[in-house]
Amino acid sequence: MGKKILIVDDEPNIIISLEFLMKKEGFEIAVAGDGDEALAKVASFAPDLVLLDVMMPKKSGYEVCEALRADPARAGLLIVMLTAKGRDTEVAKGLAIGADAYVTKPFSTKELVAKVKGMLGVA
Amino acid sequence: MLLSGWFIALLATGYLALLFAVARFGDARADAGKSIISANVYALSLAVYCTSWTFYGSVGRATSGGLSFLTIYIGPTLMLLFAGVILKMVRISKVHRITSIADFIASRYGKSQLLAGLVTVIAVVGVVPYIALQLKAISASLAVLFAQAGNDLFPWWLDTTFLIAIVLALFTIWFGTRHLDATERHEGMVAAVAFESVVKLFAFIAVGLFVTYGIFGGLGDLFQRAAASPELARLFSLDSGRAGTWTAMVLLSGLAIIFLPRQFQIIVVENVDESHLRRAVWLFPLYLLLINIFVLPIALGGLLHFQGQAVNPDTFVLTLPLAHGAQGLALLVFIGGLSAATGMVIVETIALSTMVCNDLVMPWLLRSTWLQAEKRQDLSGLLIGIRRAAIALILLLGYIYFRAAGEAYALVGIGLISFAAVAQFAPAMFGGMYWKQGTRAGAVAGLLGGFAVWLYTLLLPSFAKSHWIGGGFVEDGLLGVGWLKAQALFGLAGLDEISHCLLWSLFANIGLYVVVSLNSRPDATEARQAERFVDIFRHAGRETDARLWRGSASVEQLVALLERFLGPARARQQMASYAASRQIADWKKMSADADFVHFAEAELAGAIGSASARVMVASVAQEEDLGLDEVLDILDEATQVRAYSRELEVKQHELQAATGELRAANDRLRELDRMKDDFISTVTHELRTPLTSIRALSEMLHDDPRLELSDRKRFLGIIVNEAERLTRLINQILDMAKLESGRAEWTTGEVDIGEVVREAMDALGQLFRDKAVALEGDIPASGPVVLADRDRLTQVMINLLSNAVKFVPGGTGRVQVRVAVAGQRVRVEVADNGPGLTAEECNVIFEKFRQGGNTLTDKPQGTGLGLPISRQIVEYFGGNLWVESRPGAGANFIFTVPLPASEE
Repeated sequence: MGKKILIVDDEPNIIISLEFLMKKEGFEIAVAGDGDEALAKVASFAPDLVLLDVMMPKKSGYEVCEALRADPARAGLLIVMLTAKGRDTEVAKGLAIGADAYVTKPFSTKELVAKVKGMLGVA
Repeated sequence: MLLSGWFIALLATGYLALLFAVARFGDARADAGKSIISANVYALSLAVYCTSWTFYGSVGRATSGGLSFLTIYIGPTLMLLFAGVILKMVRISKVHRITSIADFIASRYGKSQLLAGLVTVIAVVGVVPYIALQLKAISASLAVLFAQAGNDLFPWWLDTTFLIAIVLALFTIWFGTRHLDATERHEGMVAAVAFESVVKLFAFIAVGLFVTYGIFGGLGDLFQRAAASPELARLFSLDSGRAGTWTAMVLLSGLAIIFLPRQFQIIVVENVDESHLRRAVWLFPLYLLLINIFVLPIALGGLLHFQGQAVNPDTFVLTLPLAHGAQGLALLVFIGGLSAATGMVIVETIALSTMVCNDLVMPWLLRSTWLQAEKRQDLSGLLIGIRRAAIALILLLGYIYFRAAGEAYALVGIGLISFAAVAQFAPAMFGGMYWKQGTRAGAVAGLLGGFAVWLYTLLLPSFAKSHWIGGGFVEDGLLGVGWLKAQALFGLAGLDEISHCLLWSLFANIGLYVVVSLNSRPDATEARQAERFVDIFRHAGRETDARLWRGSASVEQLVALLERFLGPARARQQMASYAASRQIADWKKMSADADFVHFAEAELAGAIGSASARVMVASVAQEEDLGLDEVLDILDEATQVRAYSRELEVKQHELQAATGELRAANDRLRELDRMKDDFISTVTHELRTPLTSIRALSEMLHDDPRLELSDRKRFLGIIVNEAERLTRLINQILDMAKLESGRAEWTTGEVDIGEVVREAMDALGQLFRDKAVALEGDIPASGPVVLADRDRLTQVMINLLSNAVKFVPGGTGRVQVRVAVAGQRVRVEVADNGPGLTAEECNVIFEKFRQGGNTLTDKPQGTGLGLPISRQIVEYFGGNLWVESRPGAGANFIFTVPLPASEE
């Protein structure tokens, strides 16, 4: 059974490209456009990994990440933060609140795929 | 029988013994450091002003001059209103350790021995007859009592007045010369004097009450009876013809309250606390009022009672009680008179003896070879001996004058004559305190001139009236020259003798003082003292003083000097306390710096006067002579230093203010820096977002050649859109930067706003039609013309319209545009029926990159820079851009642009 990935971003075009990219690699995909929707989708879709944008309306990526990490039922969930803000403080902040990886936009598709596969243990 | 000679003698002796006890107590308390000199005691001691001349004589004056006796009390009351002047005098005296009025004047004018001697001579000549008057008063009161009793006490060869003089001399010696240092106050004496003030007030009021209510039926009865007699009625009317006399008397007594040696002693030298002056300012006038209330009733009562009898009005206070058999009251009055006389004599002789010792005898002794030979000897005993001898001598002189004058006019009128003599000190004193240009030469000239006029117009005529000398100079003028008539100088007749003397003597005194001062140059010491006196409140520190002395001295020599004049024990005690004030454990280890020399000189001044002290210090120290110019430079510098320190203070304030501003500016800069940082971070984010899609999609297209055509087309479409968005963003960021930095280019001209709005609506027409949004305009056919940049205005309109279409729902959306003139402005509105904005959003949307949320599409298309740019543009033209909106009620964006000023 394929691994499940939830894509969270408020930019429709980014969702389109990520969704296409990950589907092509054989992952099962769900998408969310803001933080609230993301939490709902985690509950209903039960993904193995979340690609999480930081700057979103309603709830930022940091808040979503904190909420997920506070839930013991989601202990094994992998979280990859995606952000257009590349400052060191933001990277540090993301990792400090429990993200497993931090990717700066714009990213290389090949590298992102390799990183996601590596984290999920898919060869 | 109460009035036996023995009993009176016993009573007087007992009273003097009581005074001893009071004084002893005061001194003991002072030695124990628990001074009994309170503000009340100080104020009461000022009443030493009321002598037996006033105790007995006021009634006498009232019987002839009516209310004019009051003038000598009004003057002091008025003078005390100038408490600031007295305060300055007290402060100067404390700082300079002034011992007497002669010392004060001499010290001010360069520590001049000549001036000190001159003032002393004037004071002695002017005041000794006044002391004689006190002896006469005691003697006369005794005579009245003895006449009643029959003099069976003293053998005929023993003169009671002489006995009184001897007792007073012994009393004064014991009171006044316990310590050598005259600035070391005589607290016991002050306490005794204050006690005496209470006694004489009590006695006078007692006799006043007795006469008014015991002999007569109260004030009303007394005045009614007096009014019945035309001769007496005259006494309680104010005679305007005597206004000149009144003025002169008020002035004279006002000066006397400070310048009589005893008054200066009590008010200035004996003052222990400057704040006591505040009490004295009202308590002393109150005392004067109380002691005067019954003067006129007693005078009227006496005149009524002794009508037709030859009774001396000066003795009414005694004879009225005696005539009614009130012997006890008569004895009380005698004690009151004795108080008034002894108080005056004690303080006056102490003050005069200090002056005679320090300013007449010491200068002569210091020059004599005899003293040089006794170099090593302790002189403090000698000094005390001199003072004691001076006290005895002054009282002896008073007695001799009393004997010689007897009942002569020269004695009766001497009170005011003394006042006029000491009034001569006024110009040199006041000038010295407030006028730096006053010089020693001016003071000497003024004093000599005033004293000479006083002698010629007042003292010598009083001698002539007593037939001691020929009266020719009074009747016909000196050598028969008419305008030299002693009491009508230069033909000035019609004034009473006191007014006449005061006018001419003060005219000569002030004139000579001012003219000679202006035409003479002070020496260095004078200039320094002038500065220190006049600016006493500013020269608080010793710094300037220290800088004004240059030379070398040895501690041993100076200490030897102090030991010689103060006595070894007292000298060591003073040295130890000085060392302690400098935080030096052992005074033997001190160096003789300028400060120490000043200390030594001040200590010596307290003992032998400032002039003699100066001479003595100069004799042991190798002093460098500072020239006048140098002294003036230093004083000038001291003034400048004060000015500098004020300036520094101002500068410091300015500096603090500047520091505050800098800190605020720095904070603003830091805030700006933070904002710039945020801005760049935000811009970066805005740029990276479209780039992310572009890169991801291009990589996928590039990596996967087998991608389906439909996907390829879709991805390429997105890539094109995002590239456009990126371009727009970059353009707007650059635009914003140009606007903000003021580097934007403007082509300002006359612009028809209506036309601009219509064109913008046309340009966006297709967009509205695509979304099926209604666009309506309410625009004048020929719109208002403003001065603006046409392209920029179009940019604002397009921004507002494209925002509107973005936020309204397709199909039902409706956007209305209105252009109107309101006042001096054109008002353009773009109203939509979209979701509306919260109050917070109404502000936030004008900030950079802050787009309105709650949009119908998930993500509004736009850069978040459109409104900030539009606002910048409108404000550049002098207008405003804002939004009026409520959630659910649509939004109305409004901007105004001012109309050009009409040039009608």
